[in-house]
Amino acid sequence: MSQTEGYNFAYLDEQTKRMIRRAILKGVAIPGYQVPFGGREMPLPHGWGTGGMQVTASVIGADDRLKVIDQGADDTTNAVSIRRFFARTAGVETTERTVEASLIQTRHRIPETPLSNDQIIIYQVPVSEPLRFIEPRETETRKMHALREYGAMQVKLYEDVARFGHIATSYDYPVLVNDRYMMSPSPIPKFDNPKMDRMPALQLFGAGFEKRIYAVPPYTSVKSLDFDDHPFEVQQWQESCAICGSDHSFLDEVITDDNGSKIYVCSDTDYCAGRVAASEEPQQ
Amino acid sequence: MNEVQSWQDIEPLLSVRNLTKFYSPGKGCGDVSFDLYPGEVLGIVGESGSGKSTLLNSLSNRLRPDSGEILYNSEQFGELNLYAAEESERRILMRSEWGIVHQHARDGLRMNVSAGANIGERLMAVGERHYGDIRQRALQWLEAVEIEAGRIDDKPSQFSGGMQQRLQIARNLVTHPRLIFMDEPTGGLDVSVQARLLDLLRNLVANLGLSVIIVTHDLAVARLLAHRLMVMRRGEVVESGLTDQVLDDPQHPYTQLLVSSILQN
Amino acid sequence: MTTMIEVKGVEKQFTLHNQGGASFDVLKGNDLSVTAGECVVLHGQSGAGKSTLLKALYANYKVNNGSISLRDGEELVDITTALPRRIIALRERTLGYVSQFLRVIPRVPTLQVVMQPLLDLGEEEAVCEAKAKELLSRLNVPQRLWTLAPSTFSGGEQQRVNIARGFIVDYPILLLDEPTASLDAANRRVVVELIDEAKQRGAAIVGIFHDEDVREAVADRLVDLRAL
Repeated sequence: MSQTEGYNFAYLDEQTKRMIRRAILKGVAIPGYQVPFGGREMPLPHGWGTGGMQVTASVIGADDRLKVIDQGADDTTNAVSIRRFFARTAGVETTERTVEASLIQTRHRIPETPLSNDQIIIYQVPVSEPLRFIEPRETETRKMHALREYGAMQVKLYEDVARFGHIATSYDYPVLVNDRYMMSPSPIPKFDNPKMDRMPALQLFGAGFEKRIYAVPPYTSVKSLDFDDHPFEVQQWQESCAICGSDHSFLDEVITDDNGSKIYVCSDTDYCAGRVAASEEPQQ
Repeated sequence: MNEVQSWQDIEPLLSVRNLTKFYSPGKGCGDVSFDLYPGEVLGIVGESGSGKSTLLNSLSNRLRPDSGEILYNSEQFGELNLYAAEESERRILMRSEWGIVHQHARDGLRMNVSAGANIGERLMAVGERHYGDIRQRALQWLEAVEIEAGRIDDKPSQFSGGMQQRLQIARNLVTHPRLIFMDEPTGGLDVSVQARLLDLLRNLVANLGLSVIIVTHDLAVARLLAHRLMVMRRGEVVESGLTDQVLDDPQHPYTQLLVSSILQN
Repeated sequence: MTTMIEVKGVEKQFTLHNQGGASFDVLKGNDLSVTAGECVVLHGQSGAGKSTLLKALYANYKVNNGSISLRDGEELVDITTALPRRIIALRERTLGYVSQFLRVIPRVPTLQVVMQPLLDLGEEEAVCEAKAKELLSRLNVPQRLWTLAPSTFSGGEQQRVNIARGFIVDYPILLLDEPTASLDAANRRVVVELIDEAKQRGAAIVGIFHDEDVREAVADRLVDLRAL
């Protein structure tokens, strides 16, 4: 593949990348802290992962291998267009295999295959401020972070238990990073929250609309909020994946006909395909 | 029975020295000094623009004064010079030892979360992490302010003005504060609703031994709740003393005018 | 006997700033001394300052000159210079004031109105309640009214509720501002009994009474305020 004529490597100019890298470094130095950055316009609308793309563009190198997933899948519109964007503007290799990727940009999932310490995962973040739902003033939320005033965050969980009898929040479930900063993990299912805790890979977060970058360095503690009498729990399914038979991965419900029949399949398409391939290999 | 002499052994809870905050000449409050003792209810009266709200805001950590000192005897931090202290300490005070009852309940409540969460928030803010306990205490406080237990999951926007005000009081009192600031707590409520709220406040203040600084332009409210009064006019305290003395034997021309302007019942 | 009240040279001038600064002297250097167990009745024409002196003794009125010392245990407190909270402490357990007017508190039932001053001293609720019921019975306040807030009561009923409230605490100093005005003969007698009992336990009492029979029944001494 060749670089597109007239564009800098990975679309953004070097000054912008330098600025974003500084923000990333600051984010790594203060795990979970939202660093403002001068967000640029990308040739995609906000909400399509422009924050994540700017982070990816700033850290990607010519020898990187990029994987992009959306809801766990490599073949959805958003994933395909972002992957193609970097293939064209940076000329990098792309992959759908988690283990082969050095960079993974994601929306809504963390791969089932554990990541290693030579990988970087970049999350697309729509709303970076976890305290926003209870406190609309930016000056006030900043102060709350600065002074580690996170009691109000529990209100969200309280409302869940009061209304549903359990903590019903299942996506974008708030976490405390390194015992210091309250952080939105982006709209991943809470099923993925435990994967963030002490993850060997570097985790970077980009919010294009709010122009914030934050990070969780490798092997950093990430705790999901809960109550003493309503501890944090992940989703569980009665069913197994209809394709690979997995009983431990995050499953999507798929309606198969007009009568409402449904099956459950892995949301992580690479993981699912890998399991199928492994089972088809002749046993040694 | 209480110790007869106990009144004189107690240290002031709040000492205010030469507090001054002016926006422009005559707008604000100047050179205000007083001591507030545990269990005392101090009323600040005066007409609109007399500087009483400016004074209340300065006292309650919401408006940095131009000069002067506010010394608070904190349970957690010991003697604290309010505006010289760390902001983190001041904010901890605001959600534990202090309470603020706003005139408009929506300024003091979170309108988009339930009544129970409004009360529970202060508990969670001071580290409470047991849902069952938080819920239980929210129910107790709803009862204490005469709101049906069945309304615990309703949002304040579904409440009447009087109920919102009572919820605001419960939200403040749940952490057992020692000092409450009230800004026209009965303003904007129907007279019938006012009476109920006043009675509730009077009982809570007496039973919990709260110290209160209450700003009001309603002298009947002042008479019912306050032990003593400060009368403000054009940013200055023109008269102060025992509530009944100030109201029954006002000395300053302005106080006399204020007192003679209300209808006798 | 122990002196409970010592008034020296009190002067009180009212200035009406909003009525052209009109000013008149009501108390012009009065002295008064009252011992424990004594009932002093203030005497003099209307406008002589009886009520003003009584209110000054309660620190409800401010005096321009002179001193008013009240005994609180071992201590003599000059209420003309004392801090508000000192006066509030005095009023809680030492200094009682009974007028014919009840200051109605919304919603509070009669029994509670009467009990409250004793409750505030930390006395047990059962004791307060028993004493309140006894006083209300003696003052012929019908039992059916006890659980109601007195705001709707007749003037006479409110007055008797107020007397019960005034006598629930055994104050060492009692100020009585025409508590018997407009009471019927039977209830006047009850009030006279209550005053006698207070004297028996050693209370120093200063009162204003227009009924001559009450005055004669309770007064140990008449003090004429006009003679100055």
